[in-house]
Amino acid sequence: MKTAIRADAAAAMIPDGATVLIGGFMAVGTPHRLIEALVRRGARNLTLIANDTAMPGKGIGKLISAGAVSRAIVSHIGLNPETQAKMIAGEIDVELVPQGTLVERIRAGGVGLGGVLTATGLGTPVEEGKTVVEVDGQRFLLEKPIRADFALIAARQADYLGNLQYSLTAHNFNPIMALSAETVIAEPDLIVPVGVIPPDAVRTPGVLVDHLLERAA
Amino acid sequence: MSVVDAKEVIARRVAQEIHPGMLVNLGIGLPSMVAHYLPRDSGVFFQAENGVIGLGARPPEGMEDASLTDAGGGFVTAVPGAASIDSAMSFGIIRGGHLDMTVLGGLQVDERGFLANWMVPGKMVPGMGGAMDLVAGARRVIVAMVHAAKGDAKIVPECTLPLTATRRVSLVVTEMAVIEPTEAGLVLRERAPGVSVEDIRAATTARLVVEGDIPEMRLD
Repeated sequence: MKTAIRADAAAAMIPDGATVLIGGFMAVGTPHRLIEALVRRGARNLTLIANDTAMPGKGIGKLISAGAVSRAIVSHIGLNPETQAKMIAGEIDVELVPQGTLVERIRAGGVGLGGVLTATGLGTPVEEGKTVVEVDGQRFLLEKPIRADFALIAARQADYLGNLQYSLTAHNFNPIMALSAETVIAEPDLIVPVGVIPPDAVRTPGVLVDHLLERAA
Repeated sequence: MSVVDAKEVIARRVAQEIHPGMLVNLGIGLPSMVAHYLPRDSGVFFQAENGVIGLGARPPEGMEDASLTDAGGGFVTAVPGAASIDSAMSFGIIRGGHLDMTVLGGLQVDERGFLANWMVPGKMVPGMGGAMDLVAGARRVIVAMVHAAKGDAKIVPECTLPLTATRRVSLVVTEMAVIEPTEAGLVLRERAPGVSVEDIRAATTARLVVEGDIPEMRLD
C-alpha cells in the first residue's frame, strides 16, 4: 500500500536542478497541484521534459512564468509566448523534439531500450548532429532514450496500491512517463479502494508508482 | 476573394478527398474546417493526436469534459465507437502507416513536393508538435493553404524555410488551384471557378506542369 503525501511534501522531494518529466497536453491531463506546489516552493533550474509548456498561467505555463525552468525538452511552445520570449532572451534552453519521437524516447528510457530509429526528422533541422542508421535500405535517425529523476503524472483515479486509470485525452504522455523516472509521483483526481479498478482497466500498474498525492481538498 | 471565402473553397475541396471508412487527422485552424463539409454519416473517423480516435463536434454549453479536447485544446465530444489512446499509441498509428490521411497547413511547398510548415527562423518558433511525424507517416498528406501570403508566393522552386519532412506530399489545395506533386514536378490538376491558368502561374514561383485543359474545381 502507498502512503498519500501532500503536494508540498512532494515538491520538497524535488531538488533544484532536477530533471522532471511532467504529463499533459496543453494543460489537459497535467498534475496541476504538483505544479502549483513546485511554484510555491520556489523551485529553480529544473530541466522540464513534457509535450508542451501549455499557456501562460495554466498547467506547466505556471512553472515557466515562475522562472523554475532553465531547460525544456518539448515538442511545442507555440501557445506560450512567455516560453518563446525566455528562449530568445537565453533564460530557457529549449530543445524541440517531434512529438512522436519525444514519446518514444521517453518510452525507450523506461523500457530498457538503447534508443529509437525513426524516419521522422530526416532531412530537417532535427537531423543535425544525429547518427543516421540504414536498415534494409531504409534510412532512420537514431534518437536516444530519455530518463528523468522524477515523473509527475496525472491520472483519473488511483487505488491504494497506486494502480492508475486515465480518462479520454488525459492519457497523453502520462502512462509512458510513469516508466521512465527514478521517482514517480502520481496525482489522481480520485483515490479508491483496491478492487474498484478492475485489472483490465489498469493502464499503469501500481508497481511503477512511488508516491500518490493525497486527495484534493 | 475574401479570406473567409478562400478558406471555405479550400475546406470544401479537401473534403472531397475524404472517403467513407477513412481515418483522418486534421490540423489546427483551416484544416479543421474540412470536417464541416462532410456528410453526417460519412463513416469517417477523425484522430486527434493528443489521444482520441473518433473525435466529435463541440459539446453543448456547460457539458464540456476537461479531459476531452482536440489537439488545439478545444473541447470536443467522442463519437460512438471512439477509442482513447496514449501518445505512444497515437504516434504509432501515425508513424506506422495506419492513418489514411492528414490535412495540414503550409508555409511553403516546393517543386519536389516538400513541405515547410513549422518555423520561420528568427520570427516564429512554435515547435513542430506532431507535424513531422504526420508528414513522415500518414498514407496521404494533403496541404491546405492559401495560395500566396501577402503577395509572397508559397508554392516555390525550393523551400527557403526549414523543411517538415523530405517526403513528397500527396496534394496541395488552395483557393486558386489543386496541385499534385509528382516525380515530374508540380502538376496543375484543377483551377478554382473564375481563376485562369495564367492567374495561378502569376501567383506561383515554382514551375507548374500544365497538360491540356485544366478543369474547374467542383465545389458542391
